[in-house]
Amino acid sequence: MSVSIRRIRAIVRKELLEYRRTPSIVVAMAIIPLIFLIQPLVVVFGLPASSSGQLAHGHVLLYLLGIPALVPVLIAAYAVAGERQQGTLEPVLTTPVRREEFLLGKALAALVPSAMVAYAVYALFIACVEFFADTAVASALLQWPQILAQVLLTPLIAAWSIWAGMGISARSNDIRVAQQLGMLAGIPTVALTSLIAFDVIHLTLGRAFGLAAALLVLDAIGWRIVSSAFDRERLITGTR
Amino acid sequence: MDGKDHGNGTPALSVHGLSKRFGSRVAFANVSFEVDGGEVFGFLGPNGAGKTTTVRTLGTLIAPTSGSAVVAGIPLAPENAEQIRRRISIMPESPGLYLRLSVVENLECFADLYQSPHARERIERALQAVDLMDRANDVCGSLSKGLRQRVALARALLGDPRILFLDEPTAGLDPVATQDVHELIDRLRRRGVTIFLTTHRLEEAERLCDRVAILNTTLRTIGRPDELRDRLFAKTLTVTTLAPLPDPDRTFADLPAVNGWHPDGRRTYILAVSDPAVAAPAAARALVAAGADLLSISPSRHTLHDVYLRLVNTDDPAATGKQAG
Repeated sequence: MSVSIRRIRAIVRKELLEYRRTPSIVVAMAIIPLIFLIQPLVVVFGLPASSSGQLAHGHVLLYLLGIPALVPVLIAAYAVAGERQQGTLEPVLTTPVRREEFLLGKALAALVPSAMVAYAVYALFIACVEFFADTAVASALLQWPQILAQVLLTPLIAAWSIWAGMGISARSNDIRVAQQLGMLAGIPTVALTSLIAFDVIHLTLGRAFGLAAALLVLDAIGWRIVSSAFDRERLITGTR
Repeated sequence: MDGKDHGNGTPALSVHGLSKRFGSRVAFANVSFEVDGGEVFGFLGPNGAGKTTTVRTLGTLIAPTSGSAVVAGIPLAPENAEQIRRRISIMPESPGLYLRLSVVENLECFADLYQSPHARERIERALQAVDLMDRANDVCGSLSKGLRQRVALARALLGDPRILFLDEPTAGLDPVATQDVHELIDRLRRRGVTIFLTTHRLEEAERLCDRVAILNTTLRTIGRPDELRDRLFAKTLTVTTLAPLPDPDRTFADLPAVNGWHPDGRRTYILAVSDPAVAAPAAARALVAAGADLLSISPSRHTLHDVYLRLVNTDDPAATGKQAG
């Protein structure tokens, strides 16, 4: 199956323009990362140098992977249900755009800002820890394997959340219901990253690559499942 | 094949026994018709008659339950859906614009979805066609309903369609905006675009359409508006005199193109005629010769509205006549 880059690009560009001009999306994209940033910073700034040994066994930095797990769900849940509610879906579906192109465009448009926000928050977190936390705490927290795992897993977790959100969005008539269900769908990913962050699951670099490979496969399967569940007739008429 | 010039005898749209059911509910059943290239074809019917579902089916958004169709030269089938959508445009009843985007941003998005070559020029041409060049950078949310409808029309033109489906294009528009849309449809007709127009406005259909079909789940009739009037309503002349005629039987006897008469009140007579243009002067001469003071003589005026009302409220096959045109 061939896809048209131009059509995908058209969807991405349109989505990004809409996000930028939709205050509720901008606010949602700002608040969740702030919550994920402030809580660990408060904890880290209160830690004495003596706790650095204990920190070396945890992966506090990976707690921030909750951002790519939750932020894109909010956007993705809006993707189809929002268009349907606004009455803009039908004109798009009357064009030659394929459902795979439409969904891929939507997914990329959700992925790009989510990943950018997540990376920006990581950078801010690292800078704050580097400059303001106790030196011993900072060197225990900021380890290259963790940072690498963070960089690697962020887009893959975000993509998984996007497919979950879009799958729900394509079956939902209401944006808010889609967003709430999408948040619920993001909980298992947040739980997994929390278990890693608190060292219940010990993440080595090898495991990080293994997890990344598994997520890559899941993302590809997610695209296929959501594409095959995307039924023009049901979306237009609300039947079937 | 050039879908705009169906001079080779191939219709732009050919529909045979098409039906669509949603569970036990019949949206439309056994619909058959053909639309020639360059024709403006009106599709009329009451709410819930199945007009929009027919358009969505022909536009590959909905799969038919049974029957077949050839749209812009391509058989209607799931595997041909993308190819069909390349050759047609549908303007839904609701404009469905991205309200936070400007007019030109909306059009750029759709030009790319249609993969239009020379997108810039095409957008400009579409904006000129709907007279919106000066509003190109306005955010769609700030436009009036009429202007949004025009943007939706411009969007429908971007793909350079062979068949343009317009679903209630003037619904909710004021008379000036309606007139603008009518003029645009006229211009498109002159360019040879085949237009499939669903509408509630019968005067609109009468003014714009070469032929009309009336649908009420099943197709009730199809034909030119004047042809439908002639098919359904007997032609008559209404004659009014100053005083009752002493011997109307004698006055109206043997007049050319007059088949009979009956009184309608004391001084009014309804003549059943085959050709009003022949019957009216003959009746006037006969009345003058009989010494009557003639006040008025006028042919019957049945509109498409009369045809529509008779057909949507009847299941009489004699009234509905043949289905396929």
